[in-house]
Amino acid sequence: MASRWNRREALAGYAFLLPNFIGFLLFTSLPVVASLALAFTKWDLLSSPEFVGLANFKSLLGWHAAEAGAGFGANDPRFWYYCFNTIYLMAGIPVGMIVSLGLAVALNQKLRGVVFFRTIYFMPTLSAGVALYILWRWIYDGDFGLLNMLLGALGVAGPEYLLEVAWARPALIFMGLWIGAGGFNMVLYLAGLQGIDPALYEAAAIDGASPWQKFRAITWPMLSPTTFFIFIMSVIAGFQAGFDQAYVMTKGGPFESTMTISYYIYKLAFAWNHMGMAAAVSWVLFLAILIATLFNWRQGGRLVHY
Amino acid sequence: MIEGGTARKTFMHIAWYLALGVVGLTMLTPFFWMISTSLKRPEEVMTYPPTWLPCEYYVDLAGEAVEVTVVGRRFELRLPSGGELDVPVRSVRRRAFAQPRLIDPETGFETPVRIIGGLADVRVIEPGLHKGKRFTSPASDLHWRFAPVWGNYTRACRAVPFFRGYINSLTVALAITIGQVVTSSMAAFAFARLSFPGRDKLFMAYLATMMIPVAVTMIPVFILLKQMPLVLNDLFHTDFWTRELWLGRFLIGRAVGVDSYFGLIAPALFTAYGTFLLRQFFMGIPRDLEDAARIDGSGYFGIYRRIILPLSKPAIATLTIFTFMAAWKNFLWPLVITESDDMQVLSVMLASLQTKYTTDWTALMAGSVIQLVPMLIVFVIGQRYFIEGIKLGAVKG
Repeated sequence: MASRWNRREALAGYAFLLPNFIGFLLFTSLPVVASLALAFTKWDLLSSPEFVGLANFKSLLGWHAAEAGAGFGANDPRFWYYCFNTIYLMAGIPVGMIVSLGLAVALNQKLRGVVFFRTIYFMPTLSAGVALYILWRWIYDGDFGLLNMLLGALGVAGPEYLLEVAWARPALIFMGLWIGAGGFNMVLYLAGLQGIDPALYEAAAIDGASPWQKFRAITWPMLSPTTFFIFIMSVIAGFQAGFDQAYVMTKGGPFESTMTISYYIYKLAFAWNHMGMAAAVSWVLFLAILIATLFNWRQGGRLVHY
Repeated sequence: MIEGGTARKTFMHIAWYLALGVVGLTMLTPFFWMISTSLKRPEEVMTYPPTWLPCEYYVDLAGEAVEVTVVGRRFELRLPSGGELDVPVRSVRRRAFAQPRLIDPETGFETPVRIIGGLADVRVIEPGLHKGKRFTSPASDLHWRFAPVWGNYTRACRAVPFFRGYINSLTVALAITIGQVVTSSMAAFAFARLSFPGRDKLFMAYLATMMIPVAVTMIPVFILLKQMPLVLNDLFHTDFWTRELWLGRFLIGRAVGVDSYFGLIAPALFTAYGTFLLRQFFMGIPRDLEDAARIDGSGYFGIYRRIILPLSKPAIATLTIFTFMAAWKNFLWPLVITESDDMQVLSVMLASLQTKYTTDWTALMAGSVIQLVPMLIVFVIGQRYFIEGIKLGAVKG
């Protein structure tokens, strides 16, 4: 009797799962396998794919003796430069987290009108996309852009942000801060702050703790799971970031300084039809994310206070 | 002692509000700038000093306010050596806002200078006695009033088919949203409420896929969709699958593959993320209700339909809003899967508007406003669910 009931339930379970599972199979599982296979081929979509073994990975990650005889050169120096750019742009992550936390603390003061401010802070995150990137290209315009106009009023002469190698990446990081600081991370921190037991602060107040001491001894450790979560997710996203904004704002320039790995994959696959190579880069990216996440998990796990 | 405390408290309140206000202003100013630019005349964004609002200029001519356009501006500059000269503002470097520099076009040599007075070269545009007349007026005699123009919007709409873009974006975003909510709520119900062999392993597999970069799956899916029509044609001995389909004069793309609604929608119909989010919520619904329904003779589908879904409105609403927003602003996939103008979604259209009008800022800002407005409406309606949803998504499983 019991086993028949179970079978009915199991059948129902599979039935409920089926629509999602078909999609999961068709557009996630199989493509992952196909992509791995693709990474070992050379294919321009016109002729038939050609198995090349590890050649893609060798030309991507390998090194060779430099022609002058001294030292070694990377087989694909561009790839390493794009990796550098991707990591450079991730410098915005810790800064953004600090700003988000600060905003959350400010919003968590028992003040009137907090919902109003929260709504405003969330607007950039909400509207992120091509429209905002075009807006920021206009703001960063060297001649008549908003930023240089405001700086001019303060007596500072601003550069052409998106046309100078030294400025393009910091400009993108700053834009990222503006877009993201009041967004998801701030709301997560706010939720974390609201979950802290007020009794802890009362006890600290009795001991005569200063606001900073309270923050260091209570708020920061109690928020460590939130910080940990945000950091892990941001790093995963950070490795994949940079395509939309660079495509709209700089086309990867000036001098490829805003080209990231995801832009490289786009170019390989959809501009140059190097499908096998693109798949190989995407797998290197995947492995990098996996390693970084495992590393963060092990290192961060020790610092998190539950 | 008590009074000192309240004074301190009031001071802290003011400080907090000041901080909140400054950040709020930082967040709002670019939006204001976007709307303001979209309502300016194209030549107006190239003026010095820049204006916050779209405005038109007029001068007092014999007691009569006459509308004028500012053609060029000249400034008297004092050189550090002591001399004075009169030059058009264009030959003064934009750094002139702060520390004006006069550039010798021959040698490129820059001389720091100080502006002592401005003159505007103006042309009368209001019909009447003075129409078309050009004259020079001291900048201080130039008056302005708020005057938005709507021409940028029509110009942007003529350059790319924004109306069609709206239809495409709405169709795609709605279809993806409905598909995701239906399939992931069903799957979440199975994961949270039903037991079957392999359930937990499968769920772990779902979770694991959330770490896979989009790029990994995107390339094979693209190839699949690109080849699909050809393979189907071969299979059925027809050319239907590569044909463009029309509904009267309305192009509805191809049946499958590149330039099809199928290609835009299908790969995004199923998510591990939505399944995960809803499962977390379903787990928290008390089982008693379910048992009661079961005694009343409800089947599994009845429980899903009449108990679980109605009780999960906040979570469903959250997923709905998130999915809609993500689908609305999605860029990379629609970019690679569409080729014809009529099949593009708004975000891609906006990017191609930028290709056409590289620095026509007024038209570009008008286009940006066109894309952002629906999002802001959805946000204002669903604000509460949105914020709650973020907290929900962070609950650890």
